[in-house]
Amino acid sequence: MIVLLAILSVFINPEFYKIALTVATPLMFASLGGVFSETTGVVNIALEGIILMGSFTSVVFTYLTGNVWFGVLMAVVSGIILALLHAWGSIKWSGNQIVLGTAITLLAQGLTGFLMEPIFGQPGQTDFVGKIDEITIPGLVEIPFIGQVLGEISPFVYIAFGCVAFGWWLIYKTKLGLRMRAVGENPEAADTLGINVYAIRYFGVIMSGVFASLAGAYLSVGEIGQFKELMSGGRGFIGLAAMIVGNWNPVGAMLASLFFGFFGAFSNQLQSLQEIQVAANVKSLFDTIPFILTIVVVAGVVGRSRGPAADGVPYEKHD
Amino acid sequence: MNETASQVRHEYAVEMLEITKKFPGVLANDRVTIRIKNGEIHAIVGENGAGKSTLMNQLYGLYHPDSGEIKIFGEKKTFVGPRDAIKAGIGMVHQHFMLVNTLTATENVVLGNEPVKGLNFDLKHSRQVVKELSERYGLYIDIDAKIEDMPVGMQQRVEIIKTLYRGAQIIILDEPTAVLTPQEVEELFVIMRNLQKDGKTILFISHKLNEVMEISEKITVMRGGKVTAELITKDTNEREIARAMVGRDVVLKLDKAPHKPKDVVFEVKDLQVRDNRRLEVVNGVSLTVRRGEVVGIAGVAGNGQTEFIEAITGLRKVERGHIIFQGKDVTSAHPRLLREMGMTHIAEDRFKYALIKPFPAYYNVLLGRHYKPPFAKGAFLDHKEIKRYTAELMEEFDVRPRIIEHLGGNFSGGNQQKLVVGREIKANPKFMVVAQPTRGLDVGAIEFIHRQVLRMREQDVGILLISMELEEIFSLSDRILVMYEGKIMGEVRPEETTIEEVGLMMAGKKLEEIRGGKL
Ligand SMILES: Nc1ncnc2c1ncn2[C@@H]1O[C@H](COP(=O)(O)OP(=O)(O)O)[C@@H](O)[C@H]1O
Ligand SMILES: [Mg+2]
Repeated sequence: MIVLLAILSVFINPEFYKIALTVATPLMFASLGGVFSETTGVVNIALEGIILMGSFTSVVFTYLTGNVWFGVLMAVVSGIILALLHAWGSIKWSGNQIVLGTAITLLAQGLTGFLMEPIFGQPGQTDFVGKIDEITIPGLVEIPFIGQVLGEISPFVYIAFGCVAFGWWLIYKTKLGLRMRAVGENPEAADTLGINVYAIRYFGVIMSGVFASLAGAYLSVGEIGQFKELMSGGRGFIGLAAMIVGNWNPVGAMLASLFFGFFGAFSNQLQSLQEIQVAANVKSLFDTIPFILTIVVVAGVVGRSRGPAADGVPYEKHD
Repeated sequence: MNETASQVRHEYAVEMLEITKKFPGVLANDRVTIRIKNGEIHAIVGENGAGKSTLMNQLYGLYHPDSGEIKIFGEKKTFVGPRDAIKAGIGMVHQHFMLVNTLTATENVVLGNEPVKGLNFDLKHSRQVVKELSERYGLYIDIDAKIEDMPVGMQQRVEIIKTLYRGAQIIILDEPTAVLTPQEVEELFVIMRNLQKDGKTILFISHKLNEVMEISEKITVMRGGKVTAELITKDTNEREIARAMVGRDVVLKLDKAPHKPKDVVFEVKDLQVRDNRRLEVVNGVSLTVRRGEVVGIAGVAGNGQTEFIEAITGLRKVERGHIIFQGKDVTSAHPRLLREMGMTHIAEDRFKYALIKPFPAYYNVLLGRHYKPPFAKGAFLDHKEIKRYTAELMEEFDVRPRIIEHLGGNFSGGNQQKLVVGREIKANPKFMVVAQPTRGLDVGAIEFIHRQVLRMREQDVGILLISMELEEIFSLSDRILVMYEGKIMGEVRPEETTIEEVGLMMAGKKLEEIRGGKL
């Protein structure tokens, strides 16, 4: 009974919803990246690596210049570079997209780990380098409850929602979006209409790099102001799961990310409840909740959600 | 467009001169020359693999000729890609439709050439334009439906509208009738005549002689990558075209010996099956097959045939109903059990179900019986026996080249099919499921395979033939059933029915409705 009341107390606490949003934010970026890439027909599991590289790059440039937003900008540049690598291998050379994505993720993990010592003089994690402050929205912050959730929060949360809106508009309302969907579904048909399949796919993959790197920047300079090794922590993959659950639609992926964020926050809050004694060795079990949840949810929707028909299939032009 | 004047004046809409195109190991077009008069309906006929599509793909800028010249309305052109061909006034409806299944008709039509309003794609204007084109040429379509929800006939009309939207003056139709019912073919011909009246030039690709005779003014015949005849339709006949196509006189119809069917070997009762999207695509099918009888199932592709075949051969779960083989209920039985009991299967898609491309012939003929003597000794394969058997099979079924190590994927289509047919016949079946046995084969191979089917019939094997080729159904079957949207529309005997009647059933009319008072 006490436990139930305690759990209920979690839900009526606005702090809980704020945490849920902050947990969901990187997933929203990552899943949107997945949507952009896969809509054009390229599977991008390099997202995980791009996120990590984004976290690292933003911390490095914040450390070097003292300007946090410059750090974010450079994170985006790093995301574009890694995405280009993936695009080049999978579009130009028709490489196996899973192998390439894995290789790029391993490359990002190796590179960030290796560069810690020479740049920061210590392995593992950096010191605090600077952080993007929460923004206060006048007026909104005054409203009870909602104000406590949204009134004072990281600007990345708003950027994430903005990106989702932009992504939805681009994919469903513009001619570029129509072409992206056509290329992911039937590249040959698009080709016969004179659409440049390769250019469209490059665009989709590069955009996935942009969004994933924003997820990375948020995790480091957006949230804690420092870099920790492997801090992306599987968010690239959960983002892809959210993309699948959201049926490859930016808004669907956003809702799925919020759902995952909600449960992430829940397991997080559960551990800090006094009423529930969590032994240290069980704690890591709680951390697996998002992953178990992912498996359950994805297994549940597989079959009902359907991706682009040519997703993951390289397009080779005959001549 | 200021080109219009020269288009009217010039005699030829299309001239392809001395076109040569090689693919690895194949000379697909060998110095082909064709000239198409402005405003004419010109047929190009030839067997599968004659090089018709290759020629057309070059005209559309998808392939590039190794040598030769293309002139459009008298002007020499070099097409880097389809965009250039489209600009020159060429539109193409491909043999395999080039449509994006998840987009609507309107979106497919304007794709690549989208009207915009500010930064947005202008859907409203697009719909309007597509609607106008559809009405102007009598090309009825549902402009807001997704391609995947449309019948093939409508998909084809979307393809034609696509070419018109781009201002095509020359329209290539590559085997447009292969997917249509006889009535839909007539509708297509009406549309083609409308387009011709509007001044369009049409290239009509087909291998069906009666259609070519009906619709075209001139005929170019191709064989083995070369032009073998140029004919004026009103001065020729089917026999002459067939000879130019095949290079010898052909038997246009096999004679089928009368044969008395014996007892029932296979029975399906009220079968219901779902497809991968969980839709009920086979809905209450019942039928019987006797020993020594060929029962043909006609129908347009995609009316549940594939799932029906999968269900009766044990490859797909049955939702409801029963399958009875030799008096035993084998509903949802494992394929191996069915084979052990004497059911074999010539699959509709060789590559998906019947053949492993990178395996040598001697493994391919083994499939399905690999686990038991004489081919297996305990856990090991007896390669000596397998190879002996393969050589014997290749001799008996005239598979060429007679090289047992030749890889499955390296045989020509006809020889691949002979390998499969040989394997399934030599397993001594009591009942055979024969699906699309001659799809994509040349006349020689078709004749051979048809003879094999009839030979099995004379040996009292029960045969269920599923085919989209009406001629095949008519020449082999003792009884014909027509399948439409997962249901049987009626049963007729080939000698007591007409192509029209079967065609109407293929389009969804029940036999009782057609015959009405006559029954
Ligand atoms: N892209 C390709 N690559 C290799 N060979 C091809 C290709 N396209 C067609 N061919 C070969 O060229 C020949 C002619 O094919 P095609 O033009 O499709 O014939 P048709 O349309 O008359 O049936 C065939 O032997 C075919 O296997
Ligand atoms: Mg062809």
